[in-house]
Amino acid sequence: MAFKGYDQLNDMQLDVLRELGNIGAGNAATSLSSMLNRPVSITVPTVRILNIKGVTTELGGPENLIIGLLLTLEGDVTGMIMFLMQQDFAKMILQGLLGTDIEDVTNLDAMGHSALLEISNIMAASYVNAISQMTNLRINVSVPDISVDMAGAILSVPAIYFANISDEIIFIEDRFESNNESGISHVLLIPEVESLEKILSNLGIDL
Amino acid sequence: MSKNIVVGISELAVAQVPDILVTYALGSCVGICLYDRVARVGGLSHILLPSSKASVRNMDKLKFADTAIPELVRQMEMSGADRNRLVAKIAGGAKMFAAISTSSIVNIGQRNVAATREVLEELRIPIVGEDVGADYGRTMYFYTEDGRVRIHSASRGEWIW
Repeated sequence: MAFKGYDQLNDMQLDVLRELGNIGAGNAATSLSSMLNRPVSITVPTVRILNIKGVTTELGGPENLIIGLLLTLEGDVTGMIMFLMQQDFAKMILQGLLGTDIEDVTNLDAMGHSALLEISNIMAASYVNAISQMTNLRINVSVPDISVDMAGAILSVPAIYFANISDEIIFIEDRFESNNESGISHVLLIPEVESLEKILSNLGIDL
Repeated sequence: MSKNIVVGISELAVAQVPDILVTYALGSCVGICLYDRVARVGGLSHILLPSSKASVRNMDKLKFADTAIPELVRQMEMSGADRNRLVAKIAGGAKMFAAISTSSIVNIGQRNVAATREVLEELRIPIVGEDVGADYGRTMYFYTEDGRVRIHSASRGEWIW
């Protein structure tokens, strides 16, 4: 094996992953605009490699209430993709999709849940298609699942999953803007090490 | 004056009366509180995975139930606790995403709780209280003055045991 974890990636390899994150975020903004039927723009996303503590801090601390959406990747690339929405972002999406103002995200009805699940499907496809098209790798995305809870509790799941892969993780911050409203969503990309090797080598990057 | 001592993921800490040990937002992880009522020494470990034996990246022994709990006992003995007097309270091990069936994380909360019970049984430390499973996160406060635990949750309020 060429490397053991994300912590051993060099600057050039990291730049490539950042670029994949940028393209995915651009695709996601386009998909969101067509879902919400109004322009959605995205400020330049930031892509960083962080450990779980860093991710928790960026999400507003362990007890901050957020919406976590988890999907698994299968096919040539295996791993996970996770969306972590701040409450304001989820409210903006639900207002746009369903036309209802949500006061309390811990008390979503079935319609609210399925709307957010659908958004995570579309956003996951935006990221995954970016990787797929550039690498010629076939990637299938599982059905999503949702949890509205403390950031630390939600993050325990990817933390457990990648404990055997790496101490660090690809963390993307997207700030979406629409009709003078803005909301922040984060994405965790967690390809397994062999999959990460495939992605980089199919892009012609030396390992 | 008591102070809060925060225990992060894959960390542990030992405290003396009157300090309070806190671990935030346990999801599928398990928080293990050990208490010696006579010495009034408490310890808290926040484990991520059940067993160091199944892991290829097992350098950090505080990450696993089978290696972190014996280490917690060792450090508590250094602070004056007697292992024969220790009792345990455990919390966490939730299933945060029920629909996800990836083998390494399926039922991981349950497996963390099972491994914790097994290790405590081997060490002959009785479990005197627990709040495990279900599908929500828990913050755990452990008071060294009397061994009580307070759980805080995002949408279900707080309770003490």
